[in-house]
Amino acid sequence: MSRMARFFRSPEAIAGALILAALALMALIAPLLFPGDPLAIAGPPLTPPFQDWALPLGTDRLGRDVLAELFHGARTSLVVGLAAAAASLAIGAVVGTLAGFAGGLTDEVLMRVTDAFQTVPGFLLALAFVSVVGPSLGVVVAAIALSAWTGPARVARAEVLSIRERDYVAGARVIGMHPLEIAFREVLPNALPPVLALSSVIVAAAILTEAALSFLGLGDPNRVTWGGMIAEGRAVLRSQPFLSIVPGIALVLTVLGIYLAGEGAVEGTAVRRGLS
Amino acid sequence: MNGPLLSVEGLTKRFSRNGETVTAVDDVSFRIQPGETLALAGPSGSGKSTVARLVLRLIEPDAGTIAFEGNDWLALRGAALRAARARLQMVFQDPLAAFNPRATVARVLDDPLRIHAVAPRSKRPRRIAELLERVGLEPSLARRAIHEISGGQRQRVAIARAIATKPSLIVLDEAVSALDVSVRAQIVELLLDLQRKEKIAYLFIAHDLGLVRAVAHRVVLLDRGRIAEQGDARKIIDAPQSAIGKALVAAAPKLHRTGQGAP
Amino acid sequence: MPLVSIRGLTVTYEGGEAAHKGRPLPALTETDLDIAAGERLAVIGESGSGKSTLALAIAGLLPASATIEGKIEWPGLRRGPAHGRDIGFVFQDPAASLDPVLTIGEQVAEVARTHLGLGWKEAYARAADLLGRVRLPDPRRALAAYPHQLSGGQKQRVCIAAAIAAGPKLLIADEATSALDTIVQAEIVTLLRRLTEEDGMTLLFISHDIALAAGLADRIAVFRHGRAVEIGPAAQVIEAPRHAYTRALLDAHIGLDAAPLVARTAGTAR
Repeated sequence: MSRMARFFRSPEAIAGALILAALALMALIAPLLFPGDPLAIAGPPLTPPFQDWALPLGTDRLGRDVLAELFHGARTSLVVGLAAAAASLAIGAVVGTLAGFAGGLTDEVLMRVTDAFQTVPGFLLALAFVSVVGPSLGVVVAAIALSAWTGPARVARAEVLSIRERDYVAGARVIGMHPLEIAFREVLPNALPPVLALSSVIVAAAILTEAALSFLGLGDPNRVTWGGMIAEGRAVLRSQPFLSIVPGIALVLTVLGIYLAGEGAVEGTAVRRGLS
Repeated sequence: MNGPLLSVEGLTKRFSRNGETVTAVDDVSFRIQPGETLALAGPSGSGKSTVARLVLRLIEPDAGTIAFEGNDWLALRGAALRAARARLQMVFQDPLAAFNPRATVARVLDDPLRIHAVAPRSKRPRRIAELLERVGLEPSLARRAIHEISGGQRQRVAIARAIATKPSLIVLDEAVSALDVSVRAQIVELLLDLQRKEKIAYLFIAHDLGLVRAVAHRVVLLDRGRIAEQGDARKIIDAPQSAIGKALVAAAPKLHRTGQGAP
Repeated sequence: MPLVSIRGLTVTYEGGEAAHKGRPLPALTETDLDIAAGERLAVIGESGSGKSTLALAIAGLLPASATIEGKIEWPGLRRGPAHGRDIGFVFQDPAASLDPVLTIGEQVAEVARTHLGLGWKEAYARAADLLGRVRLPDPRRALAAYPHQLSGGQKQRVCIAAAIAAGPKLLIADEATSALDTIVQAEIVTLLRRLTEEDGMTLLFISHDIALAAGLADRIAVFRHGRAVEIGPAAQVIEAPRHAYTRALLDAHIGLDAAPLVARTAGTAR
């Protein structure tokens, strides 16, 4: 059975995929559905939802269209999540492969560096980095990747240590392949699957970290983010809770969707061999 | 070139396992002449695989010398060693594990051609087709993935890769043991044909004494890392003098067939 | 009355190879076979012959997704065979068959406890007994040893001990010697012969090596592409094979008396 078919066998995978598809759709059509700046004033402030059909989810304290902000916020979250995951997977995979393949002093040094980054709580590291360098989307992505790369690095290294002993690596040495070529052409691609399994966790964590940074006012001020929306809604939480709840629900659904889809992908690639 | 192709003297390798030191290879010496098949036989744990890995420089010995094509083989390092490897190749026991799971036949054969600049890029597909034909495979197999072809075909591809750089010595590590009996005969035939035409020497690791006797010129019998006997393959196997030789011959499965069989 | 009677057995794996008209090719097709009580039957075949599928089918170890048609009957037993109790199974890779974190004693005793209802103390005593029967050196000490401390041949002896711990009527050895070197292989074959004689057990010996089977089996069944091509007494199959494929298998065996394929000195043509 093809991998796609196996993926869609589990209801969790289907639910996750649907949620992610909805998210992607939101992100893609945001500029079409809501052209113009979502941070522009659209109507009277604090309009409740479901009253005015031009403003289906109402407006926030400054009169900005909540639905427009929600859709545009999806883009930011997706971009941050995917970019941070890609960056941390790439850095982690390279570091882990070098450490596992080279062994000896290289391995020791790289692993101690990994330890150092891993012991600092990820959010605090991101916080410190953004505070120092300044808030912008790129910096936020870098800040998240700065701590998230350690997980993929360890997983990659563990895989590489096992692959290193396989016959085909010995075969590559015997035909005279350069060690760097062996590491990155023969070993790394085969070490990737478990590393990629981490990707869903990293994407989810990245989106949450970005939301938290925005909540604290350290996100990119020129972009709409769900975290920023939650922060904005904090001031009127008692009277207009929907301002924080709506983006909050969006966050929960997104992370849930990523998690479910990730689980589905892992289940789909696992070989099913039951005994009677 | 005069003198032996490969000359191994006093090869020794120790491993430490759980705090104990195990001498896997103990003062092993032998020679291989050009175009000759020398078999390394012995029970598991006798050190024959370790000797093969030492000769291939996959691991380094604790003592001893290896001379290959008249040069100090152990002195080579880095780029010089990688270049010299063109002359000393290997075929593994398990044809599936011997290749990158993601590889295609074309890539597997392209690698040695590229690394040793045997042919410029434009000429390589031709070369690959020639290699496949040489080992009895259709050139169209080049496009297939390694896991898609049969075990026998895979082993032929492994042999094609081994001869791509025109080596003078190939280490065959139980290269036919994992194959079906009917396929085994064909692969043996191919190997012998290559030996006759290209004058390739083989270091033939095996535990099947019947195969060793039929295919090897000389044999080295190993017992727990030491040489128990060595010499002419038929002479030793027909009349072993060492304890391990006698045990191996006694343990070999025998088929008693008297006639041709009923029609 | 045979111990096992197989009629029309056809096994198809889900998602199997070489789909024919959209349906996968069966691994085993329309197989009829009787296994007499107390006999040693060797099933010989190359890869794809269906020999392992046959063994797994008899032992009830096929994956849940496999389609099974035909009948496997046990005329001697009133109920169906109790898996693990009436059938012992020895696999090809002894290292993979043993749990690396449990001691040898635990693994062998567990079989006795589960299928014979023995308490731990009696089960351990029986395990020590069995390890002695399979000629493991120092059985008492072996009880506390872990699999990684044993050699391949010793591990396989342990697996055999575990397989016979409940006193099964049928012992199936599926390529049980293929991962072992020649000397150990011969020892295991001798062990299997002795154990089956002593206990009156029936032995189903699966192998690709017809010469190896010839020294052990009473009857030989040759399989090819999922079908039995020849079944008969061992001596007859070896000396006077009726099927061309059997003859080809026998001819392909390179024994110690085979004609050499190389000249005495290197460099001369054959």
